[in-house]
Amino acid sequence: MDKSQLREAVIDIIKSIAPDEDLNGIDGEKPLREQIDLDSMDFLDIVMELRVRYKVDVPEQDYPALNTLQGTVDYLHPKMGNV
Amino acid sequence: MSGLSAGIRLAHFGKKVAILERHDRVGGLNSYYSLGGYDIDVGLHAVTNYALSRKSPTGALGKILRQLRIRPEELDLSPQKKSRISFPSVTLDFTNDFAYFIEAINEAFPSQKDNFRTLVAKVEKHDPFKTASAPQSTREMLLSIIREPLLVEMLLAPLMYYGNPIENDMDFRQFVIMFKSIYMEGFARPKRGVRQILDLLVERFENKGGELKLNSGVQDIVVKDGKAKGVELYDGTYLPCRSILSSAGRLETIALCPETAPKGKQPKAGVMAFSESVNILDKHPQELGFEHSIIFFSNRDKFRFRRPDEPFEVNDGVICVPDNFEYETPLQTDMVRITNKADHRFWEKINRLQNLPTKKEWHQKSLEAASTVGRHMPDISKNLKFVDIFTPRTVERYTGHIHGAVYGAPVKVWDGVTPVENLFLCGTDQGFLGIIGTMLSGISIANQHLLQ
Ligand SMILES: Cc1cc2nc3c(=O)[nH]c(=O)nc-3n(C[C@H](O)[C@H](O)[C@H](O)COP(=O)(O)OP(=O)(O)OC[C@H]3O[C@@H](n4cnc5c(N)ncnc54)[C@H](O)[C@@H]3O)c2cc1C
Repeated sequence: MDKSQLREAVIDIIKSIAPDEDLNGIDGEKPLREQIDLDSMDFLDIVMELRVRYKVDVPEQDYPALNTLQGTVDYLHPKMGNV
Repeated sequence: MSGLSAGIRLAHFGKKVAILERHDRVGGLNSYYSLGGYDIDVGLHAVTNYALSRKSPTGALGKILRQLRIRPEELDLSPQKKSRISFPSVTLDFTNDFAYFIEAINEAFPSQKDNFRTLVAKVEKHDPFKTASAPQSTREMLLSIIREPLLVEMLLAPLMYYGNPIENDMDFRQFVIMFKSIYMEGFARPKRGVRQILDLLVERFENKGGELKLNSGVQDIVVKDGKAKGVELYDGTYLPCRSILSSAGRLETIALCPETAPKGKQPKAGVMAFSESVNILDKHPQELGFEHSIIFFSNRDKFRFRRPDEPFEVNDGVICVPDNFEYETPLQTDMVRITNKADHRFWEKINRLQNLPTKKEWHQKSLEAASTVGRHMPDISKNLKFVDIFTPRTVERYTGHIHGAVYGAPVKVWDGVTPVENLFLCGTDQGFLGIIGTMLSGISIANQHLLQ
């Protein structure tokens, strides 16, 4: 997956968890939780969806990398570049 | 419901999961049946926590919906009209707008205006899902803030009826949960009643690949070296497993693997049990003068929440009128449900022949106490088309909960952990009560112990 496909994949996951949020105007550089209403349960679901959908494990110490959409994509790219 | 909610989470994340239900249908404490040509729910007066925003005081409903990937409209909830707390000398009405309730309290108890505000601030600050505090007396806490004992009793009545497993007092943590769930977030009801919720949960569970096995009562949990290996069903079938979540109750679950019971003093079973009459009238309840969705009443200024010494405690109770919610198109079930506390000891012992006449006798007393004596509702005794009454014995028989105690044991196991390494508790005895509470319980125990 290239970075734009990865971005789509992450957005798709967030959409499935929070279908009531508008994700169109998301600023990739700003913290996700400042832009949409995601609590810690939702955040853990993103991690679990990544595991189930793409078999990628995000250990707890790496959670800060998932703070922003861009951060998430950058973090996942080396792990999922060839999914 | 806790089991189904946990099951949906597990199936969603690719676990192989089976739900074993000993009955021929799901629902347990909140199931349904048909009798005399009527579709009747076992429970479901109302769904609490009707505030979809996850920023609402508990945020529970919004959380559950997201966690189960359910859209709000799928629950088809309609809000209550208004409900009432009705005591001999004062009534307080509340709606799904908390400001309305504050106003009602200010009017009825002007001297307590500031004190009530203090209480609300205290409740708002307390996060019952985070703090693992030792049990704390709600009565003491309330009486230290509110100077009118009557207001304390009136505030407690609905919260105790809808979610208190202990006698006379309430754990402050449970009080905070219920206060937010009922007064701050409010009531609603799906037009189809509990079937709407159950059908949705079952459909979701099965679509995600979960296996629902009805008529599959668990006889034994087979434990070896402190680990559950599998379960044996009533019919002798053995099913091996990696881990087990049980919503049957704490003592009820321990009874399935007795050799693992904790040594020393055994935890106590709950004793708070209820009777309920389902009354179908020959008219729409509104024609007889029913205006409220739910009425919590007491014929005494001091509200007693304890196991009664009589078959039914008729001098306080809950009256629910399912037709009186704000449906898009009106509902006409013509049903009035009346809940009273009941003495499970009496109903456990009663012989078959006396069961029905005794129920009828106490139903009569229950109607009188709520209408002609207490004047909390219109007299319906001349308008009854059909009546069904259930007692703690019915609840115990159909759900397996000891004493038919709807809210389970007095001491909760908030972390869901048992002496068996891979056996966890969810639902009633884990601690979150009612429909929304128990769904949250199933979700959080599944997340905590089996998914993360
Ligand atoms: C009359 C009444 C009215 C109520 N009204 C409301 C209301 O208006 N609003 C509200 O929020 N809550 C209400 N409640 C409470 C609510 O119904 C419960 O809190 C909730 O349903 C509890 O769900 P649970 O999953 O924890 O337990 P349960 O429903 O008891 O689930 C346990 C399940 O396990 C099954 N089981 C037990 N033992 C075994 C075994 N050995 N093998 C296989 N299966 C087994 C049982 O059959 C049952 O289906 C009411 C309850 C009653 C009884």
